[in-house]
Amino acid sequence: MKLSEIIKNLDIVVLNAANEDADITSAYASDLLSDVMGNAQAEELWITMQTHKNVAAIASLKDIPAVVLINNGKPDEDMLAHAKLENVAVLVTNLACYEFCAKLYNLINCEL
Amino acid sequence: MEFLFEIEGANFSVAGNASSTIKRALKQRDVDPAKIKRIVVALFEAEINVVAHADHGTIRVLIEDHQVQMFVKDFGPGIEDVKEAMREGYSTASNSVREMGFGAGMGLPNIKRNADVFEIESIKGLGTNAHIIIYL
Amino acid sequence: MLMNEIIKRIEARPVCGDVCSLRTDDFEFAFASDLMSDVLRLTYEKTMLVTGLCNVQTIRTAEMAEIKLIIICRGKKCDDQMFKIAKECDICLLETNYSVYRVCGELYSYGIKPLY
Repeated sequence: MKLSEIIKNLDIVVLNAANEDADITSAYASDLLSDVMGNAQAEELWITMQTHKNVAAIASLKDIPAVVLINNGKPDEDMLAHAKLENVAVLVTNLACYEFCAKLYNLINCEL
Repeated sequence: MEFLFEIEGANFSVAGNASSTIKRALKQRDVDPAKIKRIVVALFEAEINVVAHADHGTIRVLIEDHQVQMFVKDFGPGIEDVKEAMREGYSTASNSVREMGFGAGMGLPNIKRNADVFEIESIKGLGTNAHIIIYL
Repeated sequence: MLMNEIIKRIEARPVCGDVCSLRTDDFEFAFASDLMSDVLRLTYEKTMLVTGLCNVQTIRTAEMAEIKLIIICRGKKCDDQMFKIAKECDICLLETNYSVYRVCGELYSYGIKPLY
C-alpha cells in the first residue's frame, strides 16, 4: 500500500512529507535502536516513541521511508531537521503502539 | 520498619531487587494494592536512575503506619538542571541505557506522578538526593 | 477465548508459567512497548505486555506494574535469571519469532483490545 494511502486511511499528522509513493507492505515497531539497526527491513514503516536525532539517522541508513511517532510524540528539532535533510517522512499518531500497529496491520493485510 | 540497600551503578542485572523486596514487605503488611503499586513504581524508577547514572548509591525505605518514606542518595554526575530533568522526554541517558529499555526521559515524571511528596536536590559532580513520600 | 488459540496465532512458545491456565477474560487488553517507563505508567492490570525488550528489567517492570503475561517478540530468548524472577513473581512468558508489529496485528484481530 502506498504511504499516501496509509496516511489517508489512518489518523496521522504529517510533520515531514516525503516518500509518499513508497510501497509499504510491513512495519517495524521498536524503541530499541539496535533492534532497528539489526532487524528492520528497507521499505518498512518504523513505529516508535523515540524522538531524537538518531531515529532519523538510522531510518535513512536503513532505507526506511517513514517514521511514525506514537503517543503524539514530538520530534526533537534536530531529528526533524535531519529527517528533512535525509528525506525521511515524519508522521505522528495519537494512538499508542499496540493500537497503531493493529490498525496498520489490518489496513495493509486487508488489501493484500 | 526500615530497609537499607546499597545500589551499584551500571549493574542492571540486579536493578530492581530493592524495589522487589519492598513490594513483598508491603504485601505482607496488607497495604492497599493500588498504594503498593504507586510506591514500587516510584521506587523502581528511582532505583533505575541510580543504576543508570551514578557510580553507586543507597536507598533507605521507612515503612510507617501512615506513610512510606524513601530516601535515595547517589554519588554520580548529578543533574545539571533539575527543573529541566523533570520535563517529559528530557534525558541524558547513554545509548547503552536506552538499549536496556530505559532513558526515555520518563523516569522523574513517573516518580512525581506517583508520589505525594517528591523533593530532589542535586550537586553537579557530586550526586543527587531524592526524598519521596507516599501516604498510606 | 482460549490462550491456546492466541499461542497458535502468534506461533508462540510458552517458556515460563502455566500460560494455558490463564483465562483470556483476564487479559482483555494489550500494551506494546520496548520502554519500561512507558509500561510503568499503566494503571490497568488485566493487560498483556508485547515487547522486544528481553532482559531482567522486562520482568522486574512487569512485577512492579502487576503484569502477569509478557510476550517476548523478535525471536529473543529469555535467560535463566529471567525465568527465576518470573516464577517468583508468578509471571508467564511467551516467546515468538514474530515482530511486535505482527503480534499486535494478530492479537487485535483476535479481539484483544488496546488499553489506550
